[in-house]
Amino acid sequence: MLGRTLREVSTALKQGHITPTELCQKCLSLIKKTKFLNAYITVSEEVALKQAEESEKRYKKGHSLGDLDGIPVAVKDNFSTSSIETTCASNMLKGYVPPYNATVVQKLLDKGAVLMGKTNLDEFAMGSGSTDGVFGPVKNPWSYSKQYREKRKQKAHGENEDSNWLITGGSSGGSAAAVAAFTCFAALGSDTGGSTRNPAAHCGVVGFKPSYGLVSRHGLIPLVNSMDVPGILTRCVDDAAIVLGMLAGHDPKDSTTIQDPVKPFTLPTSADVNKLCIGIPKEYLAPELSSEVRSFWSKAANLFESEGAKVIEVSLPHTSYSIVCYHVLCTSEVASNMARFDGLEYGHRCDINVSTEAMYAATRREGFNDVVRGRILSGNFFLLKENYENYFIKAQKVRRLIANDFVNVFNSGVDVLLTPTTLSEAVPYLEFIKEDNRTRSAQDDIFTQAVNMAGLPAVSVPVALSNQGLPIGLQFIGRAFCDQQLLKIAKWFEKQVQFPVIQLQELMDDCSSDFEIEKLSSVSLKQ
Amino acid sequence: MAALMLRWSCLGKRWVLACIDGGSRHGRGAAIGLTSRRKRGQSSVAQQPLIAVQKSRKGEHEWAAVVGLEIHAQISSNSKLFSGSQVHFAAPPNSLVSFFDASLPGTLPVLNRRCVEAAVMTGLALNCRINKKSLFDRKHYFYADLPAGYQITQQRLPIAVNGSLAYSVSVGKKPSQVSTRTVRIKQIQLEQDSGKSLHDEPRSQTLIDLNRAGVGLLEVVLEPDMSCGEEAASAVRELQLILQALGTSQANMAEGQLRVDANISVHHPGEPLGVRTEVKNLNSARFLAKAIDFEIKRQIHELENGRKILNETRSFDDKLGCTMPMRDKEGKQDYRFMPEPNLPPLLLYDTASLPPGADPQQVINIDWIRERLPELPGKTREKLIQQYGMLPEHSFTLLNEVGLLEFFQNVIKETRAEPKKVTSWVLNIFLGFLKQQNLAVNESPVTPSALAELLNLLDRKAISSSAARQVFEELWQSKGKTPSQIVSEKKLELMQDQEALERVCHTVMEGHPQVVMDMKRGNPRAINKLIGLVRKATLSRADPTVIKEILERKLSS
Repeated sequence: MLGRTLREVSTALKQGHITPTELCQKCLSLIKKTKFLNAYITVSEEVALKQAEESEKRYKKGHSLGDLDGIPVAVKDNFSTSSIETTCASNMLKGYVPPYNATVVQKLLDKGAVLMGKTNLDEFAMGSGSTDGVFGPVKNPWSYSKQYREKRKQKAHGENEDSNWLITGGSSGGSAAAVAAFTCFAALGSDTGGSTRNPAAHCGVVGFKPSYGLVSRHGLIPLVNSMDVPGILTRCVDDAAIVLGMLAGHDPKDSTTIQDPVKPFTLPTSADVNKLCIGIPKEYLAPELSSEVRSFWSKAANLFESEGAKVIEVSLPHTSYSIVCYHVLCTSEVASNMARFDGLEYGHRCDINVSTEAMYAATRREGFNDVVRGRILSGNFFLLKENYENYFIKAQKVRRLIANDFVNVFNSGVDVLLTPTTLSEAVPYLEFIKEDNRTRSAQDDIFTQAVNMAGLPAVSVPVALSNQGLPIGLQFIGRAFCDQQLLKIAKWFEKQVQFPVIQLQELMDDCSSDFEIEKLSSVSLKQ
Repeated sequence: MAALMLRWSCLGKRWVLACIDGGSRHGRGAAIGLTSRRKRGQSSVAQQPLIAVQKSRKGEHEWAAVVGLEIHAQISSNSKLFSGSQVHFAAPPNSLVSFFDASLPGTLPVLNRRCVEAAVMTGLALNCRINKKSLFDRKHYFYADLPAGYQITQQRLPIAVNGSLAYSVSVGKKPSQVSTRTVRIKQIQLEQDSGKSLHDEPRSQTLIDLNRAGVGLLEVVLEPDMSCGEEAASAVRELQLILQALGTSQANMAEGQLRVDANISVHHPGEPLGVRTEVKNLNSARFLAKAIDFEIKRQIHELENGRKILNETRSFDDKLGCTMPMRDKEGKQDYRFMPEPNLPPLLLYDTASLPPGADPQQVINIDWIRERLPELPGKTREKLIQQYGMLPEHSFTLLNEVGLLEFFQNVIKETRAEPKKVTSWVLNIFLGFLKQQNLAVNESPVTPSALAELLNLLDRKAISSSAARQVFEELWQSKGKTPSQIVSEKKLELMQDQEALERVCHTVMEGHPQVVMDMKRGNPRAINKLIGLVRKATLSRADPTVIKEILERKLSS
């Protein structure tokens, strides 16, 4: 049952094959078994069971709240949750219990979803590995999959198995791992430069970043307000569309959300791609791109072409300036957004009380890790009067050029862009931490952050397993507010590639009965 | 979150001294362009170049002072600028604090329509150009009563610019010599107020009250077109009246709804402007004028003694009557301005640009607001002068005293007495009594109706002027009695019996033959003496003009 998609399990609930409480308990027990993944910071067991119980009552009365009623979900720990600790994986917010729900959390609860817990991340979502949070790194469930282990046995000799676990990517690694390990059916991430799509690609799940302004940010503890978007992680595109349908729309508490009413996001069961024009941005053929990813990328392009779509090479000429520009804008907003953490109103406060200034300094030194402090320092540097024109203003201009690149491409008749999501498959933790956070983020966000600067919708869809038996994802980028069309194309593609289900049975022997093991379908893109 | 009381102990005393008032931090960023200063009335002097050092010793008249103002007016609104919290003066501490006001992470600003309308109204009333697109910015500084670590303001593109404010000052010795002046308004910007820090020095604690945090402010920046304390105080007073007439701010300085910072410098006419100081947080018009005049004198004194003026922030000590440097921890603080990313540009429309089918709840039409502007003080005074033949300075007095104009108009409505008489009574006797007892108009024991009735009695000569004064004093002391009651109780009505009066006159003349002789010899003052004697004999109940008539008739017969 746990291996099913959200839509499937929703049908099972409606048909009474399983009750919300049974489903919730199964997920809770799996969360406990996979605790070593460190996907969750807080497991809200009591709240979840209570919500499941209420959902069960509704089903009994025939008053189900819809597709999400009784569905276990997880939420990244940078969304405010009323009466549940919200830490941003930082000492600064340890013990902070928000008095209100983020709009997206409230919307999920209003639709009857069952909140299993809060998922792990990089501190304040600053990172691309989910390795830099105060609660420790998240382990990629694929590290323990049959697919990966078998490949490793063939190659690795004498290496310590346990120390070779893989990172999830980040910063929403906890949410990606939670969905990949079947502990919930959908999870909220946040996406500022790729934080939802990157771990989705590494964990073999669907990671969707909606158009900026389509989904409310109220209650999302900000990284970069002008780029942050709540992201959705699910096991298939259809599920992402269901969740998006529940979340999208104007929020009076977020002035940057669209005013126009939003239509439900229903995706057709069969789509026709032969009228589509798929753009392949030539600048995304980065030298660092692994040959495997490149090969899947071109196979995907061929697949569209073979189905009658027009596939053309396009140019996004300002791509190479994007990551530097992103760095300036991101750190500047970070410097500003982090100013509120001063130890006065909430969160951590140091013991020093010689003066207010000394208290601020010590509180912030103790509360933030090096990554956060580093970004605050650079951001403040860029915002200084003497630097503002040369850095911030210039970066804003470049941002406009980058956004215009996309506008030009879409105006030329391209429907969606097809790109890699990441340079390669997930790397082992020990490999990952050889580089610092800043270098890693700059590398790992390369294909994803430009989308955030332009406010466009994008989705990472798992394509196939690499030679090592690890997932690889590709990214589709759509026109602003054409999220439905984007998901429609992604769904078609997903159906063609038949990405294999992660095989975790060895790891969770006694849970095996919960997985309806499907015979691996043929992977059409297999090398 | 209902009562968020923040405290910490053992603060350094130096720190406590450094922050006399947290509210004083605002508005520092809006630098006044020194180069754009206009030199008014200095052209004749400016012709002759002065050699500063030698000539300056000759006297003060060779110095010119330049004064600009930054005024923060709290917007009169039910809720705050970006949150739904209520706005009340003197509510229990931290009882009006939303999650946003306490800057809980994840909260976002939502612009209050009323505050925008208030800014547009004020801008229109001050002859500003209203920007159809304005932007919000973050101004960063760490301060305990600024929970977000930044203030949302309008640094790049404010809502209104390039206006003017006409005000009047009395010139010369006589109060009747009123001169109208104009100060340019650089801009009006919408911004958030900060909270309040309350320093408990014995316990080394600072308590934070966030009730005020996030209340909407209008920052009005007046160009340095003023040259002394009185001009500045008059300009502020006029602005205050305009804000009150518009209802956009209660503008009560004592309650901190209107806070003024003054930028002051002195120079020799024709030479570049001097280094300016900023005197912060002046909370009454009187102190504003005093502080500015003190600061001008101080700067001249410093320069004449060969010292330099520092570009610094000073505070005014109202007890000592002098300005003192504030220990300015900010120094050359860099506010690291940044666009507020959570608020889209603020777009305003006029009837021509209004998008078709726009939801009236979602758009603000400048023309619609313009058509509904109430009468402004300048217009009110003009009407008073035209309608009642009032002197200009009287029209100023009527408007300057809260509630006095309404009192005056209510008296006018109910009396047959001439407007000039009413003006005189209201401004001289009534206002005099109020001032003497330090009362506000609405605390007066005399109602407009009572005064109107009294003036009616006077008008139909039922009582004399001096009796009227007596009645007024009685009215002031014994609430509830009508003027007529007092007149009859005290037997103050004028003698209507002509024969009886003639008899009294006759008796007085007989009793004072010497005075009568003087009069016959042509001493013009003698008749006044007789009139006085007759009045005394009638216990002041006779009309002096009638007495005079009788006496003259009797003498010439």
